[in-house]
Amino acid sequence: MFQQSSYSEQLTFFQKLKSFDFVLIICVLTLGLVSNLSMFSTDGGEFLYHTKSHLIRFVVFFILMVFLSFFNLRFWHSTAYLFYIIVLGFLIWASLYGITASGSQRWINLYFINLQPSELMKISIIVCFARFFHREQITNVSSLKNIIISLAILVMPIVLVVSQPDLGTSILIAASGLIVLWLAGLNVRYFVYSGLTLLVSFPFVISFLKPYQKLRILSFFNPDRDPLGAGYQIIQSKIAVGSGGFSGKGYLQGTQSYLEFLPEKHTDFIFTLFSEEHGFIGSVFLLVIYAILIFRIIKIGSISRSYFGRLFCYGFGSAIFIYIAVNMCMVLGLLPIVGSPLPIMSYGGSSMLATMIGLSIVMSTKIYHKQIIN
Amino acid sequence: MEFSIIIKNLFLELKMFSGGDSNVRKFNTINRRVFILSIAKGVVFTGILARLFTLQISDNKKYLTLSDKNRLREWRLPPVRGEFKDYFNNTIAGNTEVYQLHVIPEQVENFKNLMVRLKNILPLTDKEFSKIIKRKNQQKPWETLIISENLTWDQFSKVNFYLHELSGAKPVLSVARSYPFKDNYTHVLGYVAQASENDLLNNENIKNKHVPGLRVGKTGLEKSFENDLIGSNGVQRYEVNAFGKRIKQVNFQKGNKGKEIRLTLDTEVQKLCNELLANKAGSISVMDIYTGDIVAMHSSPSFDPNLFLYGISYKDWDDIKNNPDKPLINKTISGLYSPGSTIKPVVALSALENNVISPNFKVRCTGKMEMYGQTYHCWKKKGHGVVDLRGAIVQSCDTYFYEMSRRLGVDRLKVTASRFGLGNKVFKNLYKEEKGGLFPSTSWKKSNLGQGWVLGETLITGIGQGYVQTTPLQLCLMTAQLANGGFKIYPSLISNNKQESLEKIKYKMQQNLLAEEKYDSSIIRTAEEFFKPGEKEYTKLFRNQENVKFVLEAMFASTNQWNGTSYKSRIEDPKYQFAGKTGTAQVKKITEEQRELDLETSQIPYDDRDHAWFVAFGPYKNPRYALSVFVEHGGSGSKAAAPLAKKVIKKVIDRHEEREKIRRRGLVDI
Repeated sequence: MFQQSSYSEQLTFFQKLKSFDFVLIICVLTLGLVSNLSMFSTDGGEFLYHTKSHLIRFVVFFILMVFLSFFNLRFWHSTAYLFYIIVLGFLIWASLYGITASGSQRWINLYFINLQPSELMKISIIVCFARFFHREQITNVSSLKNIIISLAILVMPIVLVVSQPDLGTSILIAASGLIVLWLAGLNVRYFVYSGLTLLVSFPFVISFLKPYQKLRILSFFNPDRDPLGAGYQIIQSKIAVGSGGFSGKGYLQGTQSYLEFLPEKHTDFIFTLFSEEHGFIGSVFLLVIYAILIFRIIKIGSISRSYFGRLFCYGFGSAIFIYIAVNMCMVLGLLPIVGSPLPIMSYGGSSMLATMIGLSIVMSTKIYHKQIIN
Repeated sequence: MEFSIIIKNLFLELKMFSGGDSNVRKFNTINRRVFILSIAKGVVFTGILARLFTLQISDNKKYLTLSDKNRLREWRLPPVRGEFKDYFNNTIAGNTEVYQLHVIPEQVENFKNLMVRLKNILPLTDKEFSKIIKRKNQQKPWETLIISENLTWDQFSKVNFYLHELSGAKPVLSVARSYPFKDNYTHVLGYVAQASENDLLNNENIKNKHVPGLRVGKTGLEKSFENDLIGSNGVQRYEVNAFGKRIKQVNFQKGNKGKEIRLTLDTEVQKLCNELLANKAGSISVMDIYTGDIVAMHSSPSFDPNLFLYGISYKDWDDIKNNPDKPLINKTISGLYSPGSTIKPVVALSALENNVISPNFKVRCTGKMEMYGQTYHCWKKKGHGVVDLRGAIVQSCDTYFYEMSRRLGVDRLKVTASRFGLGNKVFKNLYKEEKGGLFPSTSWKKSNLGQGWVLGETLITGIGQGYVQTTPLQLCLMTAQLANGGFKIYPSLISNNKQESLEKIKYKMQQNLLAEEKYDSSIIRTAEEFFKPGEKEYTKLFRNQENVKFVLEAMFASTNQWNGTSYKSRIEDPKYQFAGKTGTAQVKKITEEQRELDLETSQIPYDDRDHAWFVAFGPYKNPRYALSVFVEHGGSGSKAAAPLAKKVIKKVIDRHEEREKIRRRGLVDI
């Protein structure tokens, strides 16, 4: 075992390059291409601000991902807690000195980029948990001490993000964390118990929601109660998707988007725009790409000999799935509107950065899959 | 591959395999759980796919419609109204170009500034200004706001001059209804004004074609022919964005102008009637005694219908509404008056037809007549002496007609009178406001007033007083049907291309003359009309045409004999020579005192003065036109009405040749 691990550490550059997962790379590049073309469409077929910055971000972060992929998986293992603490620090910074935009204080100014630390937290919480459970005995996972510590790890960022306020991201962070806890082997009954508790406390939670959040939930159940107000986004999004039909209205022909009926088309509703222009066929194509991506991440996890790598890949793959599912269900009217970007597709640097970091860890897992981390 | 491993692990786990290395168990747990998650993912992805399928494939049509509803907006343009022409194809209700000022609020950067500028330039009064602001707040920002509907040329050029300062204001050339002959055709045509809520509720067609500012017919033919006149909207379809801004025009559909309607009226005669009745209240109507074409039909006082186009001012409206002579009422068809002596020819005809008297029957007129304990006066206090029937018609001797009516009885009189059109609507449904009038009978009084008929009432009915009420047009029709020899005709205002030739009409009349008495067998007539729809039957209205001829000759004498009531208004030139009958209808019972005083018309208060009537036909040798002249409170028929008739008949006969030229062009059968 020890020998194998030392063997892995001696990989040459070309060996590393050879063990790159090219299916993953192709998926990411395809998504990058599609997202940039969609962004071009949101700008009304002109090379404007959104398209420009999205393209730059994609290129820069993609290169960053490839670069980070060469890092030994051990690097991520050893810096996992630090990563988490730094991001948590950013979150505290954001809550103290953050930049406020549209009523929410979520960004911090890093001089070269305005960072949204809550997006990075989506990744770092998975890394952190992967490290935490890496050495834990299976019999010990559900011990009281572990549960308390892992809940503390999970709840701290969630509280910070909720107070920004950013319900969508905090739900996604919670979901990512819980998925990892589930994968780590936490006793099923805890999930059942907490699920029941959540159900019981639901009315109380509702009473703590901001009025606009309540409205969103109400209009989810009945969008027509306020078609020009709270229900407007979901109605227009459904119209856009539905009117796309089988093959779509054609690239740059999405009337709902270029006539400005579609809100937030750069970010949360980018799938709507894509679906309107490319129809059912296009949507299925995009879903297949995402499915391959997730499948690939899970597969890489399954060949990893280190528990850290495996737990991370499973966790990250599942988290990506949740992001996609929540975003799509939201724009298709299956879930209430909460802010949740579609990975890689949506406009937003922090989200893109977080996804790329996650993918680079997956890639690193692939390259060092034979390595065992003590 | 790895899935098979997972499955294997799952089975191991299910078998509660818990031994072995803790590390192996840890890997087994994670693999098992990720497998369960994968299934969940598959389910969710399938759900999303299913949702996409419903939205994009099953409900595609619905959402496509909604999307089009979002992006396409139609602007309906006001339809161009059909025109009215007179018999000679002169436009009597047309469309003129008007200069308007439109603003689309959403295209204006600073609406307030613009309005203040416009207020100074036009200039607008404070009242108009606040009206416009009110209207702006009622409509959508992308709808056209009409600042002014009718700019003068001065205002229009001023706006154009300052246009660079008035970004958002659009000077527009539009069309609006115009009545070039102003008050000449007011009652015939009616007028148009902005569609009211009632108009929209009552007429589906208006509702479907309505645009802000649409003018619709309010009265008269403008209202009756609304559905023909209205035309269809042009439609501009634009693609708009979420804020309602027009992005591009998708298509444009041209609207159709409404139908043109040609009337039988002659503007020249119509104008003359208007002049003759200036400053008087009354009515003149002229009719072709064969074709039934109405050559002129005027009611006075009239008003200028153009006033109603852009919202009539309060002052003008008050003037019209409060005028005691009631300019809003079309007296020709809606005014009900006692016909007075004008119905004497029909009374005489009825008596002859029923063999009550012979033309030689004589009555001695002493100026009054005692009957049933009451005194009935003749209009001539001294009396006419001994008169026969012809003399009684010529001099309009009331005493003779009292005696004759007494012998005839009101019910027999009513049969003849109704046959000639008295007490019935002249047009069927042409005018909503047309009134039928009344010709009384014993049964009518019993069922409507609940009282028995008093014989004295027969006497006054015989001289056109009492319950009997007719419209001026009914008397015109009565005269026409006498003048053509006693045949039923079909009055019409609308010039029909399928007109029968004069020869055919006369031929048909001749055929009817030979035929058996038809008018009693109403069932057979109905059956005939059923088998020959649209075929006009010029039914005879008499038993013996000699009687009709006798009456017509008496009417001729009434105008052309030295002692006739309208002798002063005669025309000796045979081309124009006409026959007529005067009528002076009392509006109030005259007391003995007043009778003693024997005041001149001008000495009596206006409202108590008699109505003046005159009915006539001409030219006498070969009659073609009949007319009725009515002057409300005009005094005696011979003084107030007959001189007007003389002028009208001259004009009508002068215009005859030209009218015939046009008529022959429109014939179907020769």
